[in-house]
Amino acid sequence: MFETITDVLFLKDHNTRVVVISVMLLGVSSGIIGAFLLLRKRSLMGDVLSHATLPGIGIAFAIMTSLGFSGKSLPGLLLGAAVSGVAGLLLMLAIRSTTRLRDDVAMGFVLSVFFGLGVAVLGMVQKMPGANAAGLESFIYGKTASMVMQDAQLIGGVALVISVVALLFKKEFTLLCFDDGYARAQGWPVVLLDIAMLALVTAVTVIGLQAVGLILIIAFLIIPATAARFWTHRLDLMLLLSAVLGAVSGWLGASFSGIFSDLPAGAIIVLVAASIFLFSMLFGTDRGVIPRIRDHSRLKRRVGRQHLLRAAYEILEQQPGSLANMPVERASLLARRSWSAREFNRLLRRARAEDHIESVSADAIGLSESGFGEAARITRNHRLWELYLIRHADVAPSHVDRDADMVEHILGSEMVRKLEAELDLDTELLPSPHRL
Amino acid sequence: MPWTIFDTWIAVTGMLCAMSAASIGSFLVLRKMSMMGDAISHAVLPGLALAFFFTGARDSFPMFIGAAVAGILTALFTQWISRFGQVDRGAAMGIVFTTLFAIGLLLIVRAADHVDLDPGCVLYGAIELTPLDMVKVGLFELPRAAVVNGTMLLINLGVIKLLFKELRLSSFDPGLADTLGFSPGFLHYLLMTMVAITTVAAFESVGSIIVIAMLIVPAATALLLTRRLVPMLAIACAVGATSAWLGHYMAIRIPPLFGISDTTSSGMMAFAVGLLFTVAWIFAPDEGLVARARRRRGGNGAPKMPDTSTADAVAE
Repeated sequence: MFETITDVLFLKDHNTRVVVISVMLLGVSSGIIGAFLLLRKRSLMGDVLSHATLPGIGIAFAIMTSLGFSGKSLPGLLLGAAVSGVAGLLLMLAIRSTTRLRDDVAMGFVLSVFFGLGVAVLGMVQKMPGANAAGLESFIYGKTASMVMQDAQLIGGVALVISVVALLFKKEFTLLCFDDGYARAQGWPVVLLDIAMLALVTAVTVIGLQAVGLILIIAFLIIPATAARFWTHRLDLMLLLSAVLGAVSGWLGASFSGIFSDLPAGAIIVLVAASIFLFSMLFGTDRGVIPRIRDHSRLKRRVGRQHLLRAAYEILEQQPGSLANMPVERASLLARRSWSAREFNRLLRRARAEDHIESVSADAIGLSESGFGEAARITRNHRLWELYLIRHADVAPSHVDRDADMVEHILGSEMVRKLEAELDLDTELLPSPHRL
Repeated sequence: MPWTIFDTWIAVTGMLCAMSAASIGSFLVLRKMSMMGDAISHAVLPGLALAFFFTGARDSFPMFIGAAVAGILTALFTQWISRFGQVDRGAAMGIVFTTLFAIGLLLIVRAADHVDLDPGCVLYGAIELTPLDMVKVGLFELPRAAVVNGTMLLINLGVIKLLFKELRLSSFDPGLADTLGFSPGFLHYLLMTMVAITTVAAFESVGSIIVIAMLIVPAATALLLTRRLVPMLAIACAVGATSAWLGHYMAIRIPPLFGISDTTSSGMMAFAVGLLFTVAWIFAPDEGLVARARRRRGGNGAPKMPDTSTADAVAE
């Protein structure tokens, strides 16, 4: 059993090899196209197009059978699917531009009505005299197990062509996705480009029907691209990763379904892709949930520390006599901000761990040398920013404290130097522009 | 084939199903959430499959529970992925419903040895068989599916009547609804649940995929003809009902033209509602293509105003 598994996975099993490779190529092409769709915010077009192909498949079958050919010749069926899909697409665009109905309604309309028509046509076709319609329903569920060599080659070949064409149009599609207004202003034929992109989607959908089935080609167009988004924000990398994830889902999914051939192939492939997506959403380095939580809590800590130090410094500033590092009353520190007792103690603990605080007694806190210096620096940055807001951003002095509060934690030393140059300052200590 | 009492029952069942879907679906369309209807009707599959696993029978009640759960989960997961993953809403929907559908397919195939459930039946129903399953209600004998769909229609209408002000306000002005204290979250999930349950009620008649046509297209047709809510609901129900009769009629009259006995009524019903939409699209008094063309021609050569394609129906 183990040997069977490794044989299939490593493409040694000649029964499944071609199927796995063609599904991998399908994954590559749907990953690439899906990435553009995601950026164009049209991910569900795959859904619409896949449902819209059904009448075409049925009619193609009927025509081929009545002309005496084998009803299930794949190129014929795919041609029917393509015509039907394009018809649905054009109808959708027509509804959108000639009525006040929105995108989602137009999409839902084409999807459901065409699918209904397709079901009706299939119902008729299955009763045609002399028709061998068994297995037409595999277009709904996908049946990689029963894929014939020529079919697999056709699917793989077309997938390859689609991928190449998409990459050739990469520049145009990128512009379309990120700023179609600019593209239009520059004279690019935005509508034609849109149609070209959707035509490629139709092509992927149509060839995917045989492999993974109607419902699940949608997943192939959405999931790898969305998963890739969590790892990078650069378009080139995202395209590559999307293609890779699509290929991996196809490889694992088709292999498993080759081994457990009684389970629907499309379902397994989708579940593999979905697991990859879940992993990406949680752990992806660019936008994953867990890295974001980690970054957020780091920022919160930094903010808390800086607020504590600045509060202490400002209390010391206000005390009579010259500014010096003396113990600060706990009560007055607590009064400066709306910390809860627990938050306050946590901040104190952390400050001690960082050696900013030297002594803690029941009613006074003492800053260390480094703590005092750090507090001075933080306060100076805060004041710099406030001055900038007053002089250059026209914010009233009574309002700047809060704004500065929010921005200052991200000020790096370069920014500080810039602000100093702007404000023409070189003094060490800055007074506060507003009442503390 | 002559029209028999069976055909009448089939058409009646279809009509009740269409009306219950059209009424609740109108709010989906108004909230620009038509594709959510599509997502939910695919996503109820695992709910149904699980209900089969546990009850081992095609019993109605556990299926409705399974469907309601699936509907809420679809809405919830879509919300989570879209918010915490910062993913485009349509993509989030697609991920959720295809995954749930895949799980459902696997469950059904697994369960197929134990339970007599044909995936095709789930997708496009078997309305032709509904007159064979009659139940007694009071003095009358009705097809069970008609009773189920009729009850669903009454429930949907009841919910709409009960929550009319809240639904209307939150569909047209969610911000104000929120300010006034109508919880938008509650209404949203309630709507999703009703859609899911309606889908299941329909699955024995027109199937859970074709019900999407009934959820969306009658309302879309109504939007072309009116801008006010109550007329919209009325027109949607009327369109749905008509398409059921028309669809079944076409299902038994058109195939014989090709030498075939008949075809799936549910498919034809979806196609019929599409035909009705097309008629409205072309001939609607203000919005239709003919009316627009006439306006343009009678414009004395004045430049054509750009089309503001907004479905901003005005609250009554």
